[in-house]
Amino acid sequence: MRWLHTARIWRLPLLIGLLTLAWLVFPFPGAKAATTRHITLDASQFAFSPGRVHVNQGDRVVFTVAAQDVVHGFYLDGYGLKTRVEPGVSQQIEFVADKTGKFRYRCSVNCGSLHPFMIGELVVGSNTPFWRATGLIVLAAIGMLVYLWQSGRVQEMKQDGTLQSSTP
Amino acid sequence: MVTPSRINLLERLPLLKTILKSRAFQPVLMLITLFVFVLAILTGLFGTPAGSRNFNIIFVWIVWWALLIIVMVPFFGRLWCAICPIPAPGEWLQRRGIIQRRTGRLLTLNRRWPRRLKNMWLQNFGFLGVAMFSTIILTRPSVSAWVLFSFLLVGVMLSAVYKNRIFCRYVCPVGGFIGLYSMLSPVELRVEDQGICASHTTKDCITGNEHGYGCPWMVFPGNLTRNTYCGLCVECLKTCPKNNIVINLRPFGSDLMVAKERRLDEAYKAFIMLGCALLYSVVLLGPWGWLKNWANMDTLPHWAIYAAAFLAINLLVLPGLFWLVTVASRRLSGQAVPLRRLFVDYAYTLVPLGLSGWIAFSLGFVLVNGSYALGVVSDPFGWGWNLFGTAQAGWTPLWPTLTAFLQVGTLTAGLLFSVNTAYKIARQNSQDHRLAFLATLPVTGFLTLVTLGFLRLYLG
Repeated sequence: MRWLHTARIWRLPLLIGLLTLAWLVFPFPGAKAATTRHITLDASQFAFSPGRVHVNQGDRVVFTVAAQDVVHGFYLDGYGLKTRVEPGVSQQIEFVADKTGKFRYRCSVNCGSLHPFMIGELVVGSNTPFWRATGLIVLAAIGMLVYLWQSGRVQEMKQDGTLQSSTP
Repeated sequence: MVTPSRINLLERLPLLKTILKSRAFQPVLMLITLFVFVLAILTGLFGTPAGSRNFNIIFVWIVWWALLIIVMVPFFGRLWCAICPIPAPGEWLQRRGIIQRRTGRLLTLNRRWPRRLKNMWLQNFGFLGVAMFSTIILTRPSVSAWVLFSFLLVGVMLSAVYKNRIFCRYVCPVGGFIGLYSMLSPVELRVEDQGICASHTTKDCITGNEHGYGCPWMVFPGNLTRNTYCGLCVECLKTCPKNNIVINLRPFGSDLMVAKERRLDEAYKAFIMLGCALLYSVVLLGPWGWLKNWANMDTLPHWAIYAAAFLAINLLVLPGLFWLVTVASRRLSGQAVPLRRLFVDYAYTLVPLGLSGWIAFSLGFVLVNGSYALGVVSDPFGWGWNLFGTAQAGWTPLWPTLTAFLQVGTLTAGLLFSVNTAYKIARQNSQDHRLAFLATLPVTGFLTLVTLGFLRLYLG
């Protein structure tokens, strides 16, 4: 009946695995009522203001991007939206924020030394990917500890002779 | 003897052995990298000041960096050190030749390197020194060029004064962290039978012979137990008359379990690397413009505050917090091992997480900005050339939404590897499984919090 004993030992890691799987597919609370959000983004070397914007999933977002010093650009990861902004002439970008998560907006026109790092953040909805990843990491750490505990016990039991080694 | 968990690559791939034993192999690769290196210096000095259109910034800090941290270090350890162009001119001057083995002594003043500097501290402070200015170095071609040129100059000067690769072994800020993280790599250079080396009186691998030079890294292969200080130059493969040198494929991170060689300077390297990965993620990938400006030296007082905080976090805060974790671990498990030793031992658990943090950070800007490489390869100086017809290639971010998934996967793998390492190290200090497990808990808590910190910056 060694298999029964082994099954008993590994039931906790199995439970953690199932829990992890459940966390990854578990539906998060639905989106709040969608509205239209008008957001003015000031672009200047080497930051956007505001640097971080929250909207609800499903919101119609209207970004008005204005360059304060030199020519800048605007590119939104995940949505692939792009525009060029010259000082004094603001540009509007309109889209429906239908994907949840954090999306970076970046300057897409070379504006100076720190241009590749001119970044802002748009957080849509409850940022499900972040919370799923957080759960995954915590559960993975717990799962690893459980594995180490169990495998250490099995090793000790083999040494003590409580559990027969599977090797002939 | 090759252990069962090792595969002797030289035995499996005889062609590899032939190539590596050839005297021309390494110098040819170094000549190629030296050409690219000199081009990077020239484009930095004489090309456009716009970093994203200059070969120097794009090829050094995006292309080379991505290859180094995502491919070479994790999978091949110190492979880069074997082909690095920085020590090449100094080494060739010392040897008075590039390919052929010249007889006679090395051309150098042959001074002794100070004993107190025979460690990683100089590399630790060198790395921090460069890191404090990194926002400027990484974005300004001329500054980047001067830094690269100064590395080359220091390499030549040191080889004129000291024998062998003193620069690589004790000074190079990049070499320090490559050495630390090469412990994780699945490739190692070792001897097949240590007994043969012990009884071999002439020690050709140290003294050299007609086939090659004595180890430029000042390492005796017969005692090698870790990758940290072996530059994979394979001179020993050429000189060994006993055919005792092997290159093995092995499990990832095997060197982390070598307890007797753990040291405080290496432990600090692990803290510095982890701290810098976190800080770079905050400064360069975060949305805080004021912080970028401070790091970019908008005013001297701002930069001074930034630099002081940068140093304090790396040298005091992170090690301090980890010290508390070690105290908790020792109390919880009742281990009778000295606290300082535990502190150093457990610091090696930061190596897998640190490397995964660097990979995750690098993914955050390499994929998005990699397309600049197409343009600069055709127009390296930004002078309007179009050598390969790709000069007009626009900026096209590569899979920006995929980046987050890759980062989560990398960080999770790093965390699990680190937790596993923590338990194994705890078992080295305690035969009792339960006590070792208890000792692992606070370290795991720390590692998990750091991972969640990275996650917050990338996805949160």
